[in-house]
Amino acid sequence: MLVIRKQDLQQIFAQALGGYPLEVCGLLVGAERRCSPIHVGEHPGAGTCSRQSASTEEAELGAPEATAYVELVVATDNIAESSRVYEIAPKALLQVDRLAEGQGLQILGVYHSHTHTEAKPSPTDIAKAPDPNWHYVLVSLRDVHPALRSWKIEGGKIEEEKVVVEW
Amino acid sequence: MSVEVRVPTVLRPATGGVAALPAEGDTVGEVFDDLIGRHPGLKGQLLTDAGELHRHLNVFLNDDDIRYLGKLDAKVADGDTLTLMPAVAGGAL
Repeated sequence: MLVIRKQDLQQIFAQALGGYPLEVCGLLVGAERRCSPIHVGEHPGAGTCSRQSASTEEAELGAPEATAYVELVVATDNIAESSRVYEIAPKALLQVDRLAEGQGLQILGVYHSHTHTEAKPSPTDIAKAPDPNWHYVLVSLRDVHPALRSWKIEGGKIEEEKVVVEW
Repeated sequence: MSVEVRVPTVLRPATGGVAALPAEGDTVGEVFDDLIGRHPGLKGQLLTDAGELHRHLNVFLNDDDIRYLGKLDAKVADGDTLTLMPAVAGGAL
């Protein structure tokens, strides 16, 4: 599950619309945490972590699903400058990695826009997915309103994950 | 020369989950040989069958991409940091 703040979502949408007709891209920085099933039982209906309460200690207790909290959305240039493909400059990735580390965070994943197709990983996205630990966020501009979906990609297979927007 | 190698999450299964490793060598290639000697699972992730840098991998010597420093022949110095990063690309095509 991916948790993202409303303003970060709006930033991604604004970048995607502003960059049209080219694909835009960027990196998601934050922390991935797991909550104990014990917490789920003790607090029915509130089984997920919060940005404040989740900890690595809880992760050791085990849980079926990790929750990724986006703390920072970092827009990057699409050095492919294309309406069909995107590529993040290696140096930009290095800079964001250091930025994340400096804040005790990590790169959670990558986002990019599809200007004329749905918000679902393409064969290219699947083939080039760099890390099965990452979250792959897709924004579609195909319809009147932009749509955002998040996916995990591993071993050539995709699985959609829930996106929670914090207002 | 002794350097630190920073390993991205995608390669950590080959290093036992370790994110930063010490390694020895006078060039990036020698550092890779040292790493692969201790973590054989890294070989196919770092190098092609022809022994060249894998194109899906970016390697930074401190702040500089080694593709502009002589690739695997790039010289390293004591205390340098080698950062391995995956290439990030995709698209609707």
